[in-house]
Amino acid sequence: MKDLVNRYGLLLTTVFAVLTGFWVLVLVVLPNIYLFEHSFRPYLPVAELRGPKDVYSLDNYLTFFRSPIHISVFVWTVVYSALVTVICFLIAYPLAYYLSKVSARALLPTIFLLLFIPLWVSEVLRSFAWFIILALKGPLNASLLGLGIIEDPVRWISGFRGVIIGLVYTYVLFMLFPLYNAIQSLDTNQIEAAEDLGAPWWRTHWRVILPHAKPGIASGSVMVFMLSAGSILVPTLLASTNSRWFTEIIQQWMFESQDWNTGSAYAFLLLILCTVFVSVVMRVFRVKLSDIAK
Amino acid sequence: MSAGVDLDNVCADFGTFRAVDHVAVNIRPGEFFSFLGPSGCGKTTILRMISGFIPPSRGVIRIGGRDMKGQRPNQRPTALIFQNLALFPLMPVWENIAFGLEVRGVDRHKRRARAEELLQLVDLPDAADKAIAQLSGGQKQRVAIARALAVEPQVMLLDEPLSALDLKLRQHMRAELRAIQKRTGVTFIYITHDQGEALAMSDRVGVMSQGKLQQVADPREIYNNPANGFVASFVGENNIFTGDIQGAEGDLARFATASGTFTARLGPAVTQGMKARLFLRPEHVRLAPAAASANSIPVEVTDVAFEGNFISIHARDAGGQVLLAEARNDGATAVPAPGERLHFTFDGQNAVILTGDTAARDADE
Ligand SMILES: Nc1ncnc2c1ncn2[C@@H]1O[C@H](COP(=O)(O)OP(=O)(O)OP(=O)(O)O)[C@@H](O)[C@H]1O
Ligand SMILES: [Mg+2]
Repeated sequence: MKDLVNRYGLLLTTVFAVLTGFWVLVLVVLPNIYLFEHSFRPYLPVAELRGPKDVYSLDNYLTFFRSPIHISVFVWTVVYSALVTVICFLIAYPLAYYLSKVSARALLPTIFLLLFIPLWVSEVLRSFAWFIILALKGPLNASLLGLGIIEDPVRWISGFRGVIIGLVYTYVLFMLFPLYNAIQSLDTNQIEAAEDLGAPWWRTHWRVILPHAKPGIASGSVMVFMLSAGSILVPTLLASTNSRWFTEIIQQWMFESQDWNTGSAYAFLLLILCTVFVSVVMRVFRVKLSDIAK
Repeated sequence: MSAGVDLDNVCADFGTFRAVDHVAVNIRPGEFFSFLGPSGCGKTTILRMISGFIPPSRGVIRIGGRDMKGQRPNQRPTALIFQNLALFPLMPVWENIAFGLEVRGVDRHKRRARAEELLQLVDLPDAADKAIAQLSGGQKQRVAIARALAVEPQVMLLDEPLSALDLKLRQHMRAELRAIQKRTGVTFIYITHDQGEALAMSDRVGVMSQGKLQQVADPREIYNNPANGFVASFVGENNIFTGDIQGAEGDLARFATASGTFTARLGPAVTQGMKARLFLRPEHVRLAPAAASANSIPVEVTDVAFEGNFISIHARDAGGQVLLAEARNDGATAVPAPGERLHFTFDGQNAVILTGDTAARDADE
């Protein structure tokens, strides 16, 4: 804090501190506390608010556990978010390795720029673009048909396929950058030492590069998984008739049923259960929280 | 088992820059061979070519008589010890050592046993389960050596492996490395910019400058009969006089300098008319009260430094050139005092006239 005062002067420091405080408190903490409080209260007509029925209970949370459909939607959301995470890893790892250890230094700024450009377009537009690309009579099918790779057009947006493609596309960079940083920090001599001792490329990756990149893999995976599970836009826009995402149920509670109480309870359940899931997976892969924070 | 390494006019180019220039040398099986040269002269590049990380832009590398062209590092019978060791920090010591065996499909039990054997060999018996971060510099060194030995290489390549250690440990590890080399009989190719290290450890030394091999010979030959001015000035201390060759006097040549005319041996292929210098080791200098009949310069002692086993004496002649002499610290030799006026004399057989540039001495030496 003293540092900041020295560098920016008292006035500017105070302004920064107040703005940051406002942002954290008013825009993040308070709304969450508000929702959290509401999630324990029943959904009542306005007249009965603060009335005798307005007591705290776990009813809203139990609604979820009493609904097999909601539970199954939740399970599928977790399963497909995990799948998205795995696919993102499979795409990002070779790319991160290539960028950090193989490609010429001089090319990096250009490659990163190209990777970033799609991020400048809004997520809505990007999802719509995929909606068009994946459409039954869209360009993807047209080119595959034209190249003779498929004989009949593929219904891409069926089941969770569209959602998965959209989520992978949207979040793959959140996997790429932590992986790039992690692999970048590995001493190239270690890779060479492994090869010099006779290791084929895959063993070098398995025994030397992957273990070193583990914290990066973990933080990338946590980000992609949490963002995917909590995504609402992509699952809505690229949904098919039989792909329901858990966030859509939260949205239904809040905006269709106008029941913000149950909606908030569901939102917190999503957060809690996903956190539990992530902790279990981290335990299985022996990743510590301190690794990720590095 | 060990194999010889033949470098047949090997070159390495980085863009238009030639880092290694027509290096030709046959390193014998079981030999301890050192490449000695200043920083940036291309030593590491040579080692990386032998181990297969960079292809030579010209020339042929043969190991055990076999052309290595197109062979990846993991296919060559070499093991490289990196300048920074490059141990795997996430594996315990024994897995580091056994990594090469793991790659070759040796089962876990045998790997562990072999790792412990090698730890005995490098004198680190209880370190098998330690983490790399728990080891001292010298211990890491030994683990790196054990890891390289585990794959039973025919040629060990060592890139300044002792440079990170302190002086005492460095001297200890020199002897250790030499002993391990003798015990295993593996060909060692050792890289260093430390002349003491190269002279003390090697069967033969190749002195390099700017990508070119200047001289290949055994350590005595390198020190006593340097092939040119670079080798003479890079290895050991010298008094250097610039001047002209003026004809023969017996088996010596007359050499005229600003400090007087002296007699000295002619170096290999040095003839009259060449731009040459006279090199004289400080240990061949006598400081006497009376002038000698030849090779004698009147000087004033400026500085006397006690170095332990010898005393280093700086003196200045009438023209202001700084001259170096050494006196043994044996109690019998008279040690002059600063300000004393003496005669700096030497035997022409111990001075040599050589051509070629002199080495810029590293500031740290
Ligand atoms: N990848 C590279 N690209 C361009 N130039 C290089 C490359 N590697 C080495 N060089 C150059 O080649 C020359 C020799 O390098 P090298 O690493 O072989 O020196 P060295 O003798 O091992 O030096 P040191 O004692 O400092 O390790 C240096 O001038 C260096 O700048
Ligand atoms: Mg080097």
